[in-house]
Amino acid sequence: MNIIGNFNTIDGTARPSMWKQHQRSFDLLMIAVAFVVLWQVFFQIGGSVALASPWQATRTAIAMLGSADFWGDIRTTFSAFGFSVVIEAVLGILLGAILGLRRLTGDVVEPMIAGLYSIPKLMFFPMITLFFGIGISSEVAFGVLHGIIPIILFTMSAVRNIKPVYLKSARTMGLSTTQTLFSIALPAAIPEIFTGLRIGISGALIGVILCEMFGSSKGVGFRLMNAVANNVVTDISAITLILIVFAAVLSGVLMKLDERLHHRI
Amino acid sequence: MTLGRIRLLVVVLCVIALEIVCRTGLIDSYTLIPPSKMAVALFHLLRDGSLTAEIVATLGAVLIAIVGAVIFGILGAVILHALPRLRRAIDPVLSIYYSIPMFVFYPLFIALFGLTDTPKVLLGFLLAVVTMIASTLNGLDRVPKVMRKTARVFRLSKWSTVREVILPSAAPHIFNGVKLAIAQAFVGVLGAEFILSTGGLGYQIFYAFHDFDNNKMYAIVLLVLIIVSIVNTILLGWERRLRQRRGLA
Amino acid sequence: MLTNLDNSASASTHPAIVRLNDVSQVFPSRGGAPAVHAMGPITLDLRQGEFFSIVGPSGCGKSTFLEVLAGLATPTGGEVLMDGKRVQGSIPDGVGVVFQEDASFPWLTVWKNITFGLKRNGVDPKIAAERAERALALTGLTAFRDSYPAQLSGGMRQRVCIARTLVMEPRLILLDEPFAALDQQTRLLMGDEVLNLWRATGATVVLITHALDEAAMLSDRVGVMSARPGRFIEIIETGWSRERDSRIASSDKFGTLTAHLWSLLREESIRASQYAKAKS
Repeated sequence: MNIIGNFNTIDGTARPSMWKQHQRSFDLLMIAVAFVVLWQVFFQIGGSVALASPWQATRTAIAMLGSADFWGDIRTTFSAFGFSVVIEAVLGILLGAILGLRRLTGDVVEPMIAGLYSIPKLMFFPMITLFFGIGISSEVAFGVLHGIIPIILFTMSAVRNIKPVYLKSARTMGLSTTQTLFSIALPAAIPEIFTGLRIGISGALIGVILCEMFGSSKGVGFRLMNAVANNVVTDISAITLILIVFAAVLSGVLMKLDERLHHRI
Repeated sequence: MTLGRIRLLVVVLCVIALEIVCRTGLIDSYTLIPPSKMAVALFHLLRDGSLTAEIVATLGAVLIAIVGAVIFGILGAVILHALPRLRRAIDPVLSIYYSIPMFVFYPLFIALFGLTDTPKVLLGFLLAVVTMIASTLNGLDRVPKVMRKTARVFRLSKWSTVREVILPSAAPHIFNGVKLAIAQAFVGVLGAEFILSTGGLGYQIFYAFHDFDNNKMYAIVLLVLIIVSIVNTILLGWERRLRQRRGLA
Repeated sequence: MLTNLDNSASASTHPAIVRLNDVSQVFPSRGGAPAVHAMGPITLDLRQGEFFSIVGPSGCGKSTFLEVLAGLATPTGGEVLMDGKRVQGSIPDGVGVVFQEDASFPWLTVWKNITFGLKRNGVDPKIAAERAERALALTGLTAFRDSYPAQLSGGMRQRVCIARTLVMEPRLILLDEPFAALDQQTRLLMGDEVLNLWRATGATVVLITHALDEAAMLSDRVGVMSARPGRFIEIIETGWSRERDSRIASSDKFGTLTAHLWSLLREESIRASQYAKAKS
């Protein structure tokens, strides 16, 4: 339907869609500007005791990003994040696929998994830290905890929703199981699996940062709480800014990919 | 055997498994204590009333956060629904909202408001309000066009239409939003109490954790799990009745 | 279901006098798609208290016609006059509409549904209750006053909508394919009910339907609409007596009438389907 609107206009041009694209970017720019303006307003109200101005925070952030010290923390957070994503993706997709294929087990377990997701995951922090000790393993575990459930649920749904007619077609075409899996089942399921992955990846980041904030000795989250303890307002604002920007950009990129994948279908 | 009974069985088996694993020392008691010990410790704590103030503090904060989130969420959704251009502009913010670690704002709030109850209520509110907006928007989108036309035939004012036709029609989705928002409010308040606070159940967990008082800590964790489960069960019950009355099964 | 009814309340309201002068509706071009000339120009005088049906191929503009008539949409050309006053932008007083989709409010009981409009238009509670009771009786829903729409069948839900409309004592009743979702037998029975209600309220009724037999059986006049843009090809007088019911279906006149309607409509339907194919 969109295609018809874009190409088959009376005069044959694709003008409407180009304005829409520019409009989107314009709106995003407006949002960013509004954010900075609000920030400045809060700065005027709260004073520099509580908040650094946007300009100050940006300068401090750039300075931090130039220091090798901070990069050490970034490396810690990033490796924890990376491990979390890999582990939760592999485990999550595997479990999700199994539960999707085995009807009964899937039906029994699905609401329980969904229910687990609504428990404040903080409750598991003591257990995880006591089990894995303070350090990167806990961070990875906490990250996996935050992100794996959406991956399982979406993969389950994706596997279940593969239209039986696709699989029947595969059989009539004489494809082997592996061929079916890679050329039909996976491509059909990938968009939905990716949506789960997208949510899971963001979840992993949150889990890792939270774990560092709750109790750690390294990492960006720890740096933040350290700045709080020493009441270095510029650092607090700067690190907050860095984290928000990173999370936002990551999420934006993942969502664009998500859209692309879904448009293929 | 119905699915519900199977699930109950699974839960019971898990608890028993946990009990066995702890008692036999497969997991040492510095890491995890058996569920039975958790229950006993909780019972004692509740009985001697030492947790009452904390329970009230946490639940109170969650309540304020939720009420605020529901009111602002519904209002916000109604406004966004009526202004499509604004909605399209804000849409990316709503989408990426939950991938941002909202907890990073907590230190900021403490700096702004001091170590009072405001920061944690604010955090709970912020986490809950966006899912409320999203669910309500979804519900508003799904109001059948014929409902709006009917409101016009009855010559209702715009405000009346929203209040008496559109919101009731969207009620199942709004309710779903409330459910999700309550879960988020708990996460926000408890997390805030854990990071930095002077009261509430989250703080008690943190304190017991750093005191190596596993009995107390796990007892309170169990309490939180129980509270959250009870709230969820009540909400699910209401939702089921609401949906049955509407024929949504 | 046939209830004897005292006309005293509805005799105090006179049926609407409706005129359409050169009314047309053109939907403007949007997003690159060309403008759509949906309907008209149509000039029509509805007779006071008559039962007027409109039949026509899919997409010919029947529903657009109804929306313009009700005041739900403003025509791009011409004007609609009700009792001499121009209908523009808002629904005039005394118009009731029963839509094709189920518009019963699922969160209210049948009783609350029916009294919905009364409360909000400031009708005295005692009178409101009387009217609601009468509407319940007329539509055979008395036993279900405390049920929720979800517990009723599709036909009964439409009756709730009809009762809700009736209770406002409208002078112009518009029905947009209200029985489209029902099975044939239920439709025929509902048709009898609508005739009862029409006689009981004395309102002017406009019914849109794609069922030719329904139009032939229920109406004083049937307007046959052309394919888009919808215009009346012919308006046929049925000549039935006011006291008719579905048993006229067995008369010869009914057969001739329905055949004539189809002969007119067949051409238009073919044209409409070709038009639809050309667009896609």
